[in-house]
Amino acid sequence: MSASLVIVAVGALVAASAGLVGSFLVLRRMTMLGDAISHAVLPGIALGFLVTGSRAAPVMLVGAALFGLLTTYLVQALERAGVREDAGTGVTYTALFALGVALISAFAGHVHLDLDHVLYGEIALAPWDHWLLGEVNLGPRALWTMGAVFAVDLAAVVVFYKELKICAFDPQMAGALGLNVTAFHYLLMTLVSITTVGAFDAAGAILPVAMLVIPGAAAYLLTDRLSRMLVLAVGLGVLCSVLGYLLATATDTPVAGAMAAAGGAVFLGAFVVHRLKRNRCAM
Amino acid sequence: MEPNGRQDDLPVVVRNLTVAYLQVPALTDVSLALPAGKLIGVIGPNGAGKSTLIKAILGLVPRLSGDVQVLGRSPALARRDVGYVPQRVSVDWDFPTDVLDVVMMGRYGYLGLLRRPGARERSLALEALAKVGMADFAHRPISKLSGGQQQRVFLARALAQDARIYFMDEPFAGVDAATERAIIELLVELKDRGRTVVVVHHDLQTVREYFNWLVLLNARVVAAGPAEQVFTPENLGLTYGGRLGYLPFPARASQAARRSPGGD
Amino acid sequence: MFANALWVMSGTALLGLAAGVLGTFSLLRRRALMGDVLAHATLPGVVLAYMATGTKAAGPLLAGAAATGVLGVLAVLAITRYSRVKEDAAMSIVLTVFFGIGILLLGVAQRMPGGNQSGLDRFLFGQAAAIVPRDVRLIMAVAAALCLLVLLFYKEFKLLAFDRDFGAGLGFPMTALDLLLSLGVVTAVVIGLEAVGVVLMAALLTTPAMAARYWTNRLSAIVPLAGLFGAASGVAGTLASQVGPRMPTGPLIVLAGSVFFLVSLLAGPERGLLVRLFRFMHARARTRPTQHRLQPQARGGDGA
Repeated sequence: MSASLVIVAVGALVAASAGLVGSFLVLRRMTMLGDAISHAVLPGIALGFLVTGSRAAPVMLVGAALFGLLTTYLVQALERAGVREDAGTGVTYTALFALGVALISAFAGHVHLDLDHVLYGEIALAPWDHWLLGEVNLGPRALWTMGAVFAVDLAAVVVFYKELKICAFDPQMAGALGLNVTAFHYLLMTLVSITTVGAFDAAGAILPVAMLVIPGAAAYLLTDRLSRMLVLAVGLGVLCSVLGYLLATATDTPVAGAMAAAGGAVFLGAFVVHRLKRNRCAM
Repeated sequence: MEPNGRQDDLPVVVRNLTVAYLQVPALTDVSLALPAGKLIGVIGPNGAGKSTLIKAILGLVPRLSGDVQVLGRSPALARRDVGYVPQRVSVDWDFPTDVLDVVMMGRYGYLGLLRRPGARERSLALEALAKVGMADFAHRPISKLSGGQQQRVFLARALAQDARIYFMDEPFAGVDAATERAIIELLVELKDRGRTVVVVHHDLQTVREYFNWLVLLNARVVAAGPAEQVFTPENLGLTYGGRLGYLPFPARASQAARRSPGGD
Repeated sequence: MFANALWVMSGTALLGLAAGVLGTFSLLRRRALMGDVLAHATLPGVVLAYMATGTKAAGPLLAGAAATGVLGVLAVLAITRYSRVKEDAAMSIVLTVFFGIGILLLGVAQRMPGGNQSGLDRFLFGQAAAIVPRDVRLIMAVAAALCLLVLLFYKEFKLLAFDRDFGAGLGFPMTALDLLLSLGVVTAVVIGLEAVGVVLMAALLTTPAMAARYWTNRLSAIVPLAGLFGAASGVAGTLASQVGPRMPTGPLIVLAGSVFFLVSLLAGPERGLLVRLFRFMHARARTRPTQHRLQPQARGGDGA
């Protein structure tokens, strides 16, 4: 499997997973929570390293996932205490991120926890970072991780489609119907956490956040039906990945940054199409 | 519609106004000349475009075509002399401010940029609050008000503006009978002082009692003029298109038969 | 050594003051995270300025940061106004796209002669320890200007935050005022970039203002209190960083601010949790005796 194909594939899986899950965040106006989670996982990663002394991916993943859930819980708790959601999100994630930076600087400074790596990962190394199970080389690790994440996300969305849809659209009615809205909220946030965290090693903190919101928002502008929106989000995510990779190779820059920039172009395209449709209708 | 005097004297002149939301036309070819110093009611069924008409006159929604003059000027220039009480005021009720503070905001237009509100503004605001019966609530935080009280505070704010023409969108919706009586007395007092008051109203029972000039609207102007001339069964039938469950007149059987669909 | 700490402390205190004061309005407008967006959006501007001028001088970098910062704010406004995408998504999009473009440009810049790795670290976390007296004078001037701005336009900003449409109805230039406030925030962010970095500046804009809300319900008191909390966070964070060996100042300032917030949330007299619990229990205790009284009366009533 060629290196470029692996990179694009990993990027596409990140974008597709995030686009799928992120569509619900867009609909529920919770995109900043996704942003927050990807910042807040830093202390989890730092703690994972400090506690186990290893930089192994599973360790960091568990630490990060726990902090992702913690963030969700804290924001919920603050909301119940009367703090508005956007403010609560801001306070929580900045505090957690600051905690992460403080931990890393104070205790792990002698080990090079590369800041750049934290931010935008090193997706370009993905083709050579293989998963070695004993003697067997199973191929690029990132493909396995993101493949699993995508499978989980897809399965959850397919199985819980009706419930997620109604919780996004009318949570009060959903509650009145007997649905445990809170449980589905946590489900969604768990999916966001694993997606963010799974993508972390390969793509750092920026790319998942960008892909959590851009494909979903772009799809939201292009269609009125949820099912089509989800499919479009996955498709547009893959498009961002491909375009981003091309841009990165052309300019020799970090792939994650290029993919986010490509996302900007994709969103702009959707925005223009949306406006053209509106103007035509008003005639 | 009978304009009295020159066009410039009329507080509101609308010509061939058309407004559409996306593909749906909300107002089609509306032309009006509202007289000064009257209590004017705008009535029509749900979705008739009554709120849209007010917003279009105030320049708050884009027009597809047509022209609007308020107090002889374009709506944007007339803003200082226009008071608007919208249907549902969408503010953050959690905002750290009290009742008096909100009413004083009505005076900001007179203060202009940079000047701070002082004793004069306070007393004017207290006067306005007294007129709506909320003087005792002056220092209550707005988060601690009931729905009817909130409505009255925003009415007081509009009064504090001391505008020449007022537009109110369903000011009686959701208020109790006593508050409604108080509000209508206030509007009559405004009219008596020479202000023009335009009210979107939903309750046909009270139309004749409250207003002396009417606009009957259903995406188009069905009729506009003095209430006694315009508030007729024929016009109401045209406006509400058979959707009236109850005609606020004693209708004779022969009239009813002629009015029903299928009759001639 | 001590003198240096004093300078750093004055710098961060003034920064906190300005951020707290301005941040109150952002918070009340439900734009709490706009500061965050602004902060991230400055990256491309900083890198472009570096690429254009070839130096790391403060002036051009700050100008570049302000330019793309404002562009970011305008982009958010445009997206929310001209499409059905809501404000939160618009902010996330602008944040990530601008930041991504910044990373892209950084990759290009790093290959230029003179470019090196440390740019991103400084941008994100600042280098408070490197604050010198000259920086403090700049911060002081800017902080004073920003506080003056709020003082002058207090009622206009209040109107903007509370009921923008009404303000427009009165004839105030609400969009211009909006941009003016945003410009103020951009300035604070840009000044703070050097000292505490991007992410943490965003925190300073929201956390002190949030803490202040638990102590009073009057806007005229919240604004100065938020400034006070901001300044206190700066001082506390700087002091704490002197204690630990390798503790960076920026994150400690944010943590200090978060602690102030937590304490306010719990103990604030206005709507703090403890106070609410207290009132609830007090109210409950007062209603209980009535229930005892009801029983004998009910029996008497039945007999009548």
